[in-house]
Amino acid sequence: MNATVIPPFARTYRYDAIDREFLAERIAEFRGQVARRLAGDLTEDEFKPLRLMNGLYLQLHAYMLRVAIPYGVLNAPQLRQLAMIARRWDRGFGHFTTRQNIQFNWTKLEDVPEMLEALAEVDMHAIQTSGNCIRNVTTDEYAGASPDEVVDPRVYAEILRQWSTLHPEFTWLPRKFKFAITGSPSDRVASLVHDIGVAAKRNAEGEVGFEIHVGGGLGRTPLIGRRLYDFVPEAEFLGRMEAILRVYNALGERDNIYKARIKILVRDLGEEFRALVDAEYDRMPQQAYRLDPEIVAAIAAHFAPPPFARLEDRPLPQDPAFAAWARASVRPHKQPGYASVTISLKPIGGIPGDASASQMEAVADLAERHSFGEIRVSHVQNLVLPHVRQEDLHALWQGLAAHGLATPNIGLISDIIACPGMDYCALATARSIPVAQRISERFADLDRQHDIGECFINISGCINACGHHHVAHIGILGVDKRGEEVYQVTLGGSATNDAAIGELIGPAFGYDDIVDAIETIIRTHIAHRAPGERFVDTYRRIGAAPFKEALYAVA
Amino acid sequence: MSSKAKSRPATSPVVFSGNGLRDGRVAWMGTEGRWEPRLGAVTPFAPEAAAEGLALAQQGERQQRVVGVYAVELGADGLPLKFRERLRLGGPSIDAEAA
Repeated sequence: MNATVIPPFARTYRYDAIDREFLAERIAEFRGQVARRLAGDLTEDEFKPLRLMNGLYLQLHAYMLRVAIPYGVLNAPQLRQLAMIARRWDRGFGHFTTRQNIQFNWTKLEDVPEMLEALAEVDMHAIQTSGNCIRNVTTDEYAGASPDEVVDPRVYAEILRQWSTLHPEFTWLPRKFKFAITGSPSDRVASLVHDIGVAAKRNAEGEVGFEIHVGGGLGRTPLIGRRLYDFVPEAEFLGRMEAILRVYNALGERDNIYKARIKILVRDLGEEFRALVDAEYDRMPQQAYRLDPEIVAAIAAHFAPPPFARLEDRPLPQDPAFAAWARASVRPHKQPGYASVTISLKPIGGIPGDASASQMEAVADLAERHSFGEIRVSHVQNLVLPHVRQEDLHALWQGLAAHGLATPNIGLISDIIACPGMDYCALATARSIPVAQRISERFADLDRQHDIGECFINISGCINACGHHHVAHIGILGVDKRGEEVYQVTLGGSATNDAAIGELIGPAFGYDDIVDAIETIIRTHIAHRAPGERFVDTYRRIGAAPFKEALYAVA
Repeated sequence: MSSKAKSRPATSPVVFSGNGLRDGRVAWMGTEGRWEPRLGAVTPFAPEAAAEGLALAQQGERQQRVVGVYAVELGADGLPLKFRERLRLGGPSIDAEAA
């Protein structure tokens, strides 16, 4: 039994006895597989797919365990348990990822069964964080809190999670498969660059339905998703998803890993893809896939609003340092008198997305004190306290600052997404993290960051694009060129409603030159921008030529 | 086999590397046939002995000591030629958070 006391109003999905029994069996199974591997009864080739199914990779320096954080939602005991795992079995820190998961970079194989048992104690696991299956569904980190929300996406993210977990047909897809779902008209989940991007919305009658984009993705072949349906009624949601996955499972490329994602199939089939999905749906036993309103209501109950107090919005204290933090980190809430707070995991010169065990514990404590015990992980590698009383913001800020968690740079140039890169990742061709560190140090001055305005820099250490570089305002891709790290720069990308793939600006820059190149790009923006223009707006208005000229002009 | 060793003939002295099965940590092997955590503790093979070295390294896989062995060419300074391997030698180039 799970003896952990979960804050009563933290809106995380609660496991039942069947869930817990299944996890216990699964861990026992993996414990046996590890034992057989260590005894030599399984070869590495036999064991590798088994460990990957349990989220265990072998990286450059050690095993890495990737833990699923369903749609980025955590309660305080879960975050505390992650801190305990980091301290006991890793090196005292964890790395939050662009899929709203967490990775432990210094795992030992023989420790993994115990780590999984520790996760299970707080209703967590590492299943389907690797392999050619449906991965963790991501959603809006402000779900249930944002004033512009039309539908709570957590409900349908959880439905997708239950549907896709150990789905017998979709355990061996041609390639991995990623969903993102938003419930707001403003896309904060990069839905258009996912295998399936879901926008939950309501029709004129107030009924819930789903706009579906399919075939988006980054990596070697970056593509924006195509709109497949404008409004799938709630009852048909899972059936339509099933039909899409079946068509992909049947027709997706399996012989060439570079052409195996659904985006290639969708691109190559064009309109025919829709016809195939419709035909598949038509021949399915649709009643069996009908999403029962009672099931939806039961799951929605897990995400009911916490007991908000009746409060009025209030002016914030004038303390300049607090005001600077609040300007960047505090976001309006749908409930008067409350706010959402984004906690930067991007200290100047720090490792994007990393949090130490003591920081995780501090955030868990602050969440219990100020946010009903609930924490979110954003795909931008920050944390969020979704429901904070405005009257508590100053105290929260002080609490965060005491643990190095009050860097006021959310949405600014030092709020950088970076994959682990070659410092950890076996696939990487160049380092990402030290480039992010040097850029944030170059632009450390907060006044300068605010003057530059909203500007997203994303860095990937290889073409697989875990750092989402294609959809950054300024994207950086590290590649190997004859044994040296060089960095390609793309400009003008976007991951929001106006999703766009950035354009390659020209020849790559060396490791020692890339920060100066970013400086030149920013100076060019400043020189050409119209009042109030963001970097990406300036780029779209004036085009690449001024930037190329500034970067490559021969002195 | 899980070995990543490639067939291109070595032109420089080589050692073999892989990750420890139990802990995943980087390990190096030279003519002594022992797997060591430090490159400096092993003696490189001459280029023409690389094939013999690979056979020895693959024994380490079969004995459940290491995973994914492959040859690493060394330069005149005795360090790996490839940047990736130099990173594996010293660990991440960044200081991670301390507990």
